[in-house]
Amino acid sequence: MNLWGWRRWLLIGPPFLWLLVFFLLPLGVVAAISLSQSADTIPPYTPLLIHGPNGLESQASLDNYRLIAQGDLRAYANSLGFAALATVLCLLIGYPIAFAIARAPKAWRNPLLFLVILPFWTSLLIRVYAWIAILQPTGLLNRALAGLGLIDAPLLLIYNNFSVVLGLVYAYLPFMILPLYGSLSQLDESLVEAAADLGARPARVFRDVVLPLSLPGVAAGALLVFIPAIGEFVIPDLLGGPGTLMVGKVLWQEFFDNVDWPAAAAVAMMLVALLTAPLLLAQRLVERKA
Amino acid sequence: MSKRLTLFRAAALALGFGFLYLPIALLVAYSFNASRLVAVWGGWSLHWYGELVRDGQFRGAALNSLEIGVMAASLALVLGTCGGFAIERFTRFRGRFVFGFMLMAPLVVPEVILGLSLLLLFVASQAWLGWPASRGILTVTIAHATFGSCFVAVLVRAQLAGFDRNLEEAALDLGARPFGVLWRVTLPGIGPALVSGWLLAFTLSLDDLVVASFVSGPSATTLPMAVYSSVRIGVTPEINALATVFLGVVILIVVLAFSLIARQERQRIAAG
Amino acid sequence: MPLLEISEISKNFGAVVAVDRVSLAVEHGELFALLGPSGCGKTTLLRLIAGFELPDHGHIAIDGVDMTEVPPYRRPVNMMFQSYALFPHLDVAGNIAFGLRQERMERRRRDARVADMLALVQMSDYARRRPHELSGGQKQRVALARALAKMPKLLLLDEPLAALDRKLREETRLELIGIQERIGTSFVFVTHDQEEALGMASRIAVMERGRVAQIGGVAEIYERPHSRFVAGFVGAVNLFDGVLVAGFNALALSVAGVEAPIPLAATVDLPEGTAVALAVRPEKLRLSPARPDGFAIAATVASINYQGGVSIVHLTITSGHALKAQVASAAAAAFDRGMSVWASWDPADAAVLTR
Repeated sequence: MNLWGWRRWLLIGPPFLWLLVFFLLPLGVVAAISLSQSADTIPPYTPLLIHGPNGLESQASLDNYRLIAQGDLRAYANSLGFAALATVLCLLIGYPIAFAIARAPKAWRNPLLFLVILPFWTSLLIRVYAWIAILQPTGLLNRALAGLGLIDAPLLLIYNNFSVVLGLVYAYLPFMILPLYGSLSQLDESLVEAAADLGARPARVFRDVVLPLSLPGVAAGALLVFIPAIGEFVIPDLLGGPGTLMVGKVLWQEFFDNVDWPAAAAVAMMLVALLTAPLLLAQRLVERKA
Repeated sequence: MSKRLTLFRAAALALGFGFLYLPIALLVAYSFNASRLVAVWGGWSLHWYGELVRDGQFRGAALNSLEIGVMAASLALVLGTCGGFAIERFTRFRGRFVFGFMLMAPLVVPEVILGLSLLLLFVASQAWLGWPASRGILTVTIAHATFGSCFVAVLVRAQLAGFDRNLEEAALDLGARPFGVLWRVTLPGIGPALVSGWLLAFTLSLDDLVVASFVSGPSATTLPMAVYSSVRIGVTPEINALATVFLGVVILIVVLAFSLIARQERQRIAAG
Repeated sequence: MPLLEISEISKNFGAVVAVDRVSLAVEHGELFALLGPSGCGKTTLLRLIAGFELPDHGHIAIDGVDMTEVPPYRRPVNMMFQSYALFPHLDVAGNIAFGLRQERMERRRRDARVADMLALVQMSDYARRRPHELSGGQKQRVALARALAKMPKLLLLDEPLAALDRKLREETRLELIGIQERIGTSFVFVTHDQEEALGMASRIAVMERGRVAQIGGVAEIYERPHSRFVAGFVGAVNLFDGVLVAGFNALALSVAGVEAPIPLAATVDLPEGTAVALAVRPEKLRLSPARPDGFAIAATVASINYQGGVSIVHLTITSGHALKAQVASAAAAAFDRGMSVWASWDPADAAVLTR
C-alpha cells in the first residue's frame, strides 16, 4: 500500500541484499571460475586476471567447457532422462493419492496431508539408506519374493537404473502430491456433479473436467520434481551404479575427488544451462498465481 | 459406481502411504534388532541405542547440527518473513522480478550448485577480504539460512494471501502506523506460518548433506555428514537407532506445533 | 462550520468510476446515512472519508482542516467495520485499548477509558473474553466500543445492522441512536436498507452510480423525492409516466391507459408537453368501492397482502399497470380479490418527477 512509502525498503532490503550476496553473487563466482584452470595453489585455481608484461591480462579460457563437450555426455543425458522419468512416475503415482485425499471426508484431509509431509521432515539420507536394505540381493524384497517362491535367484534391484528411479520417485513424491492436492482441493465439486448430471461417464468427467482444472497443480508439481531431480546427488550416489552417473555426482567427483574446482564450476554452469528454461517457466507460474 | 471409486481411492491411499512409510517402518523395526545384519532377526534389543549414545562422533556432529539448525532457522525466519511480506504486499518496486526470482530459485536449484557456489564465494571472499577466516559452523549457518529463508517466504506468503486485510485497516484506523500494524496485528495473525516456517527451516538444516559438505570445514562435521561417511563404509545399525530417535523427536515437535496451530486457527475462525 | 466537508470527490478504479464528483457536508452531532444499492459508491465514499483510499480529485476537510492527503492513522475519524475486524489475538479489553495504546495514553487513564467504553456498550463483564468466544451482537458492541474509545470527531459505520437478525436489528438501532445522542459524536453510516436509513438517520444522501441523487432530511427524501430512482429506492411507490397537458385549473398529467388526465397540485412549474412521472406513496392511495368525487382510477383488486396492522392491496388498472395501496387491515377486510374499486389521492400528496 502507498502508506509504506520509502519504509518498504526496510523490509525489502535485508532479504534482497542477503540473497543477492549469498545466492546470485555466488553463481557469478561459479561462472567466473569455470573459465579458470586447476592449479596446485590455495585456492586450487589460477586467477583470472594477472599482471603480465603488458598490464592486466586475462587468463580466462573455455577449456573446461571444451573438455565437457568432447567428453562423455552420458551423465547429462542420464540426468535429464532420470529426472523426466521420475517426474512422470511421480505424476502417475501421486495423482491418485492426491485425488483420494482431496475427495476424502473433510476431517481426514489434514491428517492425511500431515502423513504425506511427515517423511519429508525426517532425514532423506537415512530413508534412502533403508532402501538399500530392502533392495539388496540379500535384502527384504528379494527374500520375500524368494520366500513366496516367485524367483529362484535374487533380482538385481540395486545399483542400477531401477533403484535410482525408485529412489528419486520416493524422495520427490511429496513434492508432487502437495501442489496436486492444492489444485484438486480447489476443484468445485459442483462442476463434477454438473458434468455427471449432463450425462458424462466418470472417465469423461475426469478427462474433460477434472484433469484440465488440475493442470496448474500438475505443472507446479512437475517443476518441483524435475528441476531438483536433475541435479540430485545423494540418491544416485547411494543407490546407483557405474552406469547411472548423473550430473550431480560428476560435479561432486570433480570437486572432491579430482580437486578440479574449475571443472566442477563448468559442470555447474552446464547444469544451470539445463535448468534455465524450466526455472523461468517456474517463475512465470509463481507470478501468474500471485 | 461410487463404491468402486471409493475402493480405488482407498487402495491408492493404502499403496501410496505403504510405499512412503515402508523404509521408515523398517528402520524403526531394525533399530530394535539385536543382530547387526538385516538378514537375521536376533530378537528385541536396545543395544544400538546404547551404542548411539556412546558414540562420540555422532554426538559431536549432532550438537553441531543442532547449533547450526537453531541459528539458521532463526535467521531464515527473519529474512523469509521480510521477504515473503515484501513480495506479497508490495506489488511494484524496482527489482521486483529479480527479487521474486531469488526467492523462488533456491527452492528448486540442485543442492550441488548451491553448495559449490557458496563455497567458491567464501573462498574468493577469504582471498579478497580476509573473511571468512575459516569455514565451519558460521558458513554452514549462512548457507542454510539462505535456502531456508526462501521456504519461510513461501509459507508466509501463502498465509498472508488469506489474511483478513480488514484487521490491518482497523489497526491503521485506530492510529497504528504501517510498521506498527505489521508488528502488532499482521505477525500475530500469521503465527502458524512463522512457527511452521521456523520448524521447516530447522528440519531442512538438520537434514542437509550436500550443501554442508561443500561449505563446512574440518572442525564442523554435521550429523548428515557423519551419517553419510558411516553409511559409505558399511552397515551400522546405530543408524537405525538414530533414525528412530530422529523420527520420534520430529513427530513430537510437529504434532505439538500443528495442534497449537490448529487451535489458533479454530479460534481465529470463530472470531469471525 | 460543518464537521465534515466533502468537495467534488472523485475516485476511479481503472475504468470503473466508483465516486463521481460528490459533494456533501455533515454537521456536528448528526446521524447521517449514505443510502444506495450495491455498487453505488457509498462504501468507497466511506473509505475515502476514513482514509483507506486516496481520491483522484476533490477535497475532504474535517473541522475546517484539509484531510485529503492525511493517512488514516492521523485522522480524527474511526470506523466500525461490517465484519467487526476484532483482533483475534487480543481480548475484549485489549481490542478496545488498542487505539489508546497507539496514542500512548498512560495506563490509568487508559484503563478508565476502557472501563467507560465497556459500560457504554454494556459489555463490562466480558473484558477478558476473546473475540471467538463472543456472539455476533457482542462482537459488534466491542467493535463499536473500540471505535469510540479514542473519542473521534466522526464515527463511520459500514452496514451496522446488515449482519443482525431482525429482532436484534431493532434493538441495536435504538441503542446506536441512544449512544449517539449521549456522546454527541457525528455518525456517518452506510446502508443499502432504506428502512434502516429512515429509522436511524436525521439526514440521508441517496447515491446512485457514484453520484448523489438527493440529500435531505428523512421526511423530505421520503415525501419529496427528486427522481424516479430516489422515489423507487426509498420506500414503495406508485409511478405514473406521462406528459403534461392543460388541465382544469393547472397542468394535468396524461398517462397512457388512464382515461382522464390526472390533476396535479398547482405548484408544478413546467411547460406543457414535458415528460414527467408522478409518484404516489401506497399509504396515500384511498380505495373505495363507490366512485368518489374528483379524480379517481378504476381498478381491480389482484391480491391482498396481510401484514398485521396494515395490509398491502395490489391492484391492476385497465392498462395493465399495477398499483399498490397500503390501508389499515380493518379497512382492507372490506375488499376481495377480483373486486372493482376506485383509487384516488390528494394531488398535494403526489410528487412530480422530472428525472
